[in-house]
Amino acid sequence: MAPLSWFLYLAAILFTIGLAGVLLKRNALIVMMSVELMLNAANLTFLAFARQNGWANGSAIAFFVIAVAAAEAAVGLAVVIAIYRSRGEINVDEVRALRE
Amino acid sequence: MAEKVLFLVFAVPLVATALGVLLSRNPVYAAINLVAAFFCMAGIYVLLTAHLIAFMQVLVYAGAVMVLFLFVIMLLSLGDESLVPGPSKRAMQWVGVAGALAVAGVIGSAISRVGDGAAANVGGAFGTVKAVGRVLFTEYLLPFEATSLLLLVAIVGAVVVAKERI
Repeated sequence: MAPLSWFLYLAAILFTIGLAGVLLKRNALIVMMSVELMLNAANLTFLAFARQNGWANGSAIAFFVIAVAAAEAAVGLAVVIAIYRSRGEINVDEVRALRE
Repeated sequence: MAEKVLFLVFAVPLVATALGVLLSRNPVYAAINLVAAFFCMAGIYVLLTAHLIAFMQVLVYAGAVMVLFLFVIMLLSLGDESLVPGPSKRAMQWVGVAGALAVAGVIGSAISRVGDGAAANVGGAFGTVKAVGRVLFTEYLLPFEATSLLLLVAIVGAVVVAKERI
């Protein structure tokens, strides 16, 4: 196995890219994609520590993270469609209120 | 040695495609970049002998979730993001970059204190469907069932929110 710190630094880089996407992008869809990237970075950290220490739990936790991410994507995209219907745009700078 | 080379073979395109998500203005390009990133990530998972998770990564993420994203992008027919934001927005962007880099510095300093050490010796069964399934259905049985409920709620919630009239 490559050194543990390589995997951890890779996860840190991916998390930072995802965080930058959440902070910088204005398209709600790309913000959600960046969130998926951050969840993947967290998964990578779980699996790297699990492999390093020989724990079997790591894959189980990663499994739950993937399930939660799928649920988040389904509900989030539904919200994006609903916002687009009522306003005709999904720019996160412009969408400030839940009501119309 | 071979594993280090393989790590770089997957990690370099992974970071490049992740940056592609951040830098591409067309949402379709961002989504395709993310699909490529998920495939590279699956390779990294295989290097960590998490075979089941690598398989699920391709199946669930690169397959199901990204198809959903592309479907919504094409349903909404969004144009490119405007290139030049206003001056106040540009200042806010620099604040965002600084914040992300600050978080990266904190994480990096934490990682630098983690010793590398020798990896544990794991048998051939580590990360297979059998090994992960045994943990899931014994130790994590309640969270596993809660996940099925969560997915059901997510399906119903997505239909209720996205549909104009029920």
